[in-house]
Amino acid sequence: MRYSGLKVITQGLFGNKGWTPAWRNPAPKADYDAIIIGGGGHGLATAFYLAKNHGLTNIAVLEKSHIGSGNIGRNTTIVRANYFLPGNSEFYSHSLKLWEGMEAELNYNVMHSQRGLINLFHSDGQRDAFVRRGNAMINQGDDAILLDRDGVREHLPYLDFEQTRFPIYGGLLHPRGGSARHDAVAWGYARGADQRGVDLIQNCEVTGIDVENGVVRGVQTTRGAIRAKKVGIIVAGRSSQVAAMAGMRLPIESHILQAFVTEGLKPVINHVVSFGMGHFYISQSDKGGLVFGGDLDFYASYASRGNLPMVEHVMEAGMTLMPMIGRAKVLRSWGGIMDMTPDGSPIIDKTHIDGLFIDAGWNYGGFKAVPASGWCMAHLMATGESHEVARRFKLNRFATGHLLDEEGTGAQHNLH
Amino acid sequence: MRINCPLCGPRDRREFHYYGAEDFLHRPAEGAAPEAWDNHLHQRDNPAGITKDLWYHETGCSSWLLITRNTVTHEIHSAELVADRKVPTP
Ligand SMILES: Cc1cc2nc3c(=O)[nH]c(=O)nc-3n(C[C@H](O)[C@H](O)[C@H](O)COP(=O)(O)OP(=O)(O)OC[C@H]3O[C@@H](n4cnc5c(N)ncnc54)[C@H](O)[C@@H]3O)c2cc1C
Ligand SMILES: [Zn+2]
Repeated sequence: MRYSGLKVITQGLFGNKGWTPAWRNPAPKADYDAIIIGGGGHGLATAFYLAKNHGLTNIAVLEKSHIGSGNIGRNTTIVRANYFLPGNSEFYSHSLKLWEGMEAELNYNVMHSQRGLINLFHSDGQRDAFVRRGNAMINQGDDAILLDRDGVREHLPYLDFEQTRFPIYGGLLHPRGGSARHDAVAWGYARGADQRGVDLIQNCEVTGIDVENGVVRGVQTTRGAIRAKKVGIIVAGRSSQVAAMAGMRLPIESHILQAFVTEGLKPVINHVVSFGMGHFYISQSDKGGLVFGGDLDFYASYASRGNLPMVEHVMEAGMTLMPMIGRAKVLRSWGGIMDMTPDGSPIIDKTHIDGLFIDAGWNYGGFKAVPASGWCMAHLMATGESHEVARRFKLNRFATGHLLDEEGTGAQHNLH
Repeated sequence: MRINCPLCGPRDRREFHYYGAEDFLHRPAEGAAPEAWDNHLHQRDNPAGITKDLWYHETGCSSWLLITRNTVTHEIHSAELVADRKVPTP
């Protein structure tokens, strides 16, 4: 069914009885051309582009829980292309362009809102670094505007500019940055893939990967064995466990990242604001809730909930930056398991096993990457070659020394 | 989360700084192959369950601790002083 404004009106007039499920609920077949392990944003986008760009439709996405149950439904939805290093810069630039066409491409309202992202700076040295980053963004063809303190004041009059710890010197505005509705992105890609013949198989956990003489043959699942010529591991925080099924050890450590949302309020925060020095960022959802978060809890963890010290730290940083939010009541907090790499950049690559591919290591920045990751992983699985904007996301780059350490924090998984 | 430091007793998690997996203790010998350094610095078992990792008692006794804990439940099983470990002499 094609969605449109007219459909919404006519369905509304007739009691909304004509809507049909957005995707089928098929039983797994015995054999596929390709299997995607993981029905998160990246897995679904990969399936969609395998079908759409490469005409591969005999594909299954195997999801151990339900579509949208992982990080794709837990993130704070910032979409941006403000990367700096060659390798990251062109990839996220490509991704943002795909975001800009996503709703038309999927015929799905993902509520992508380019409301502008402002990264604050608090010293002369940080200003220099932001000028450099802004220039890199402009060279890549994306947009960046340096704001001085008065410039920031025009956009964000409610900040505490004179706070003693980190007085605000200015900010880097990325006008095309913004946010989107996370679940809708999963649902939109799921529906688009299903319409092109992809089987989305939920409640189907992969428990083993079958390899014979260095060639992948298929997977074992809680719903039986399924054969496939190609298999893609796209399971975010669970990457190490699934890769271990094929005897692989990954450059990944899983960490917990928390997020928070308040009760719905009238519009008060129009941008996405990030306060790096305080490890705090915030935006307001279309429903009115203030959505905010901070840094990792900092120790390796698979608990989908965080600890109190980070809750306290995030609240303190928020109150330092914008005391007005102190009156809002926090409704919920939650955590997601992040696949942290030692350089903070992702992996989209083949493995040493023929036909087995991996897309992982998204750290806490994988939401904005969903369309380009799907695009490039599909390209890799279909053609066997890395897509040109993802050619540096190699699995062995840590051994060869070709790291992509965007923040320059060194080889420690939790520092990125 | 509380950590039972062998020197200071049970202390709040905030006093400790997490460094990383036990792998950081096994520093390759000088001149080791690049793969050995890759394993030391980057590649991880990353278990969902019992793990051993390094923590620094930053605002306590400044000891490095090797902690055995559960990454799913956040339960801490034991903490030993890295300095007390008997490192085999090559
Ligand atoms: C609190 C928080 C805030 C974030 N904020 C942002 C942000 O503002 N901007 C941004 O760009 N990114 C953000 N991220 C990061 C982003 O959410 C992730 O990088 C991204 O969603 C990961 O890719 P995914 O969607 O494919 O993962 P997931 O949705 O986690 O998908 C992986 C799927 O694999 C499934 N799976 C695992 N093991 C198996 C198995 N054995 N068999 C079958 N299926 C399996 C899981 O059930 C899961 O559904 C944030 C993350 C969190 C937690
Ligand atoms: Zn101590």
